[in-house]
Amino acid sequence: MSVIYIVLPLALIIVGGAVLAFVWSARNGQYDDLETPAVRVLHD
Amino acid sequence: MSHVAISATVATVVLCAHCGVPVPEGLLDDDVEHQFCCSGCQAAFGMLHAHGLDSYYGFAERREAPVRTSGRSFDEFDHPAFTNLYVTAISNGLSRTELYLEGIHCASCVWLVERIPLLVPGVLRAELDVRRSLAVIEWDIATVSLSRIAQSLDTLGYPPHPFRGVARADMRKREDRAMLVRIGIAGAIAINVMLAALALYAGELNTMDAGFTRFFRWVSLAITLPAFIWPGRVFFTGAWASLRTRALHMDLPIAIALAAGFVRGAMNTITDSGPIYFDGLALLIFALLVGRFLQQRGQRMAVDATEELHAIAPTTARIIEHDVVRDIPSEALLPGMLLDVRAGESFPADGVVMRGRSSVNAALLTGESRPASVTVGQLVYAGTVNVESPLRVQVEQAGESSRIAKLMRQVEESATRRAPIVQMANRMAGIFTAIVLVMAATTFVIKSQLSPAHALDDAIALLIVTCPCALALATPLAISVAVARAARRGMLIKGGDALELLATPGIVVLDKTGTITEGRTALTFWHGPDWVKPLVLALEEGSSHPLADGFRRAWPRLPTATVSASRHIAGGGLEGTVDGYVMRIGSPRFVRESILSVSESLHSVINDLDRTLTPVHIAIDGVVVAIAGLGDRVRDDALDSLRQLRGRGWRTVMLSGDVQDVVASVGRSLAFEAEDSIGAVSPEAKLAFIEQLKATSGRTVVMVGDGVNDAAAIAAAHVGIGVHGGAEACLATADIYLTRPGLNALVELTEGSRRTLCVIRRNIAVSIGYNLIGASLAVFGLLTPLIAAILMPTSSITVVLGSWYSTTFVRPTTSESRS
Repeated sequence: MSVIYIVLPLALIIVGGAVLAFVWSARNGQYDDLETPAVRVLHD
Repeated sequence: MSHVAISATVATVVLCAHCGVPVPEGLLDDDVEHQFCCSGCQAAFGMLHAHGLDSYYGFAERREAPVRTSGRSFDEFDHPAFTNLYVTAISNGLSRTELYLEGIHCASCVWLVERIPLLVPGVLRAELDVRRSLAVIEWDIATVSLSRIAQSLDTLGYPPHPFRGVARADMRKREDRAMLVRIGIAGAIAINVMLAALALYAGELNTMDAGFTRFFRWVSLAITLPAFIWPGRVFFTGAWASLRTRALHMDLPIAIALAAGFVRGAMNTITDSGPIYFDGLALLIFALLVGRFLQQRGQRMAVDATEELHAIAPTTARIIEHDVVRDIPSEALLPGMLLDVRAGESFPADGVVMRGRSSVNAALLTGESRPASVTVGQLVYAGTVNVESPLRVQVEQAGESSRIAKLMRQVEESATRRAPIVQMANRMAGIFTAIVLVMAATTFVIKSQLSPAHALDDAIALLIVTCPCALALATPLAISVAVARAARRGMLIKGGDALELLATPGIVVLDKTGTITEGRTALTFWHGPDWVKPLVLALEEGSSHPLADGFRRAWPRLPTATVSASRHIAGGGLEGTVDGYVMRIGSPRFVRESILSVSESLHSVINDLDRTLTPVHIAIDGVVVAIAGLGDRVRDDALDSLRQLRGRGWRTVMLSGDVQDVVASVGRSLAFEAEDSIGAVSPEAKLAFIEQLKATSGRTVVMVGDGVNDAAAIAAAHVGIGVHGGAEACLATADIYLTRPGLNALVELTEGSRRTLCVIRRNIAVSIGYNLIGASLAVFGLLTPLIAAILMPTSSITVVLGSWYSTTFVRPTTSESRS
């Protein structure tokens, strides 16, 4: 069971990475327009 | 209809190579490969073909309407004043601008607009936001001018307009992103804290090792801390503002519960005893943020939509310098400049007529529906429309000093003066806050006498469980669902408080021209033989006079006759030879100049003609053969809608700038009370009337209008409603904007508002019910953290489901008529 002392912080670090990625993408404007990219991809 | 007609005469229907609409017979050319329905489509096709973009025609979903180009030069896009306002310089000599494009509607539009860099050398980037019809263009000013880019967009059928709200849109974008980041972080934290809590609850049942328990409690504390520092901070700043303004706000109990819960939880973690609350707190922050986001988004959509309409307003003026005509932005107009204003255009500035004779429709400014004639030396005002023939006008007042701009400032002032409305939810929150705080204090005092060890924990448990999570969601959810559904039915609601106000019957004040009536001239009376009709149409062909429009709309499918000569007499009418007949159409005075007598039967017709209509006489070879009456027709659904409103307890008042005779006559036909049909009211007097009504009646005052002349009154009323096709000033200040024509939407709005208020009340009752259960459990010390953790989300979910499945704006009230 004591593996939890390593695994849990590790899991939290991964979550932290995901949160950072989300913050970056939101600030970069990835969620500003949710309609056009869906259409654009069809034509390329 | 037209399909049938064409296939009957031609063996096969030929479709336009660009838009797929049947090509009219007259335009068919057997010698060429591709056939087009109009020159616009031909130009667009040619442009795409020349640049190897034929793959556009492979898309299944394509624009199926003829390309309508404005054919303008867009010279004003290159003017320094325009550049100053709308263009930002980015690095390496590149510029960027945002343009609002008309006619954007589907996937293929994205493809086409984003191929602009291929079509116009010098454009580096073109990106389109389909939902808002906004295109970002980046180009090299040394290689290509913006007017050239604008022309290309126009050729493709997307006439561009400068987008005015860039600064505000940027601010919004930043706000939205910050909000999204907060929600994301709060969500991630809430989930992880709950996982840890799950381990703890499970451990309690299976007697988990004390070391692990301590570890999980510390982990919970460590994860929750950032939720307080970052996303949760908004509640503390809100609570602080509420304390400073001495108004009890929903943020106050939230902040107290969050702070108390966190401090006590942290202490319990350190001392390793008692509940820690972190899971509940993290979930609370997340749920509250989501509620706020939903509320903001629904209202934002309505505001965006009206703002984009606002962006289409004309921004150019045609000036004459050294006998050369050129387009400049209306912002660059200066007193003394000579303007060229064609028939059908609106004046870009106040000025004096220097040359020409015409009539002016000032309905936008005054509400008077009939055009008034103007001649050399008379004043014309910005925003009014030149009806008949071209005019040369010398600018006297431009921009901020024009009459319309002054009126607009008045509008803005009355909009800011509007008294803040105490919303039901906020009132409830105030009362609720007081009760919760008193209860928590009492619990603590009484319990500290009975069992001092549990007193503080019980008081905090009470604070957290009664935290108005569901209550905070109750109103925004119900309103955002209602606003979104209303938008789909053609009613854009900019503020939720309007819904609350419309739920109880009050006084609805309606403008006449353009609101109760259609706001344009229509043929409402005709006395004469049918064979005259094609002749009238033929002579009126090409005339931009509203009366000519009235004839054209009344008989759209009649065959036309051949005109061999025609002459337009300003202030009189038209004269010409049609199919060999010498005809005169126009005012009675003008027509009678050329004839000898009028027959007895026509005399009585002329005398009986409704006084509110503009009479038009038609003479052929010196004999009056027909009498037409044209006027501003009352909307088809007006009487029915007004009756329904009255039936629901609303008092209806008609307030118009038009002459009293016309207003009284329309009022009688729509069953208004005699004293409630008020005519000859100036925009300033409309404002005063609304202010006075608000002060004396004690009821909700709703103003419905369409023009600049109504804008101040719309801003001043409790609820301002702008109708379909209204002026931009009116859109900017109205709380609600109707995107579908007709008054039926008003009935639907009041009914929908009433239902929405019911949903809000139900939501509040549900959340208070849950809170009461939780509070009584806490008071008696029966509330374990596990029960609290279950109770809180259940109440929120009940409210969410209750709002989502409510029938606010779905059920049609009278008819499903939409256009």
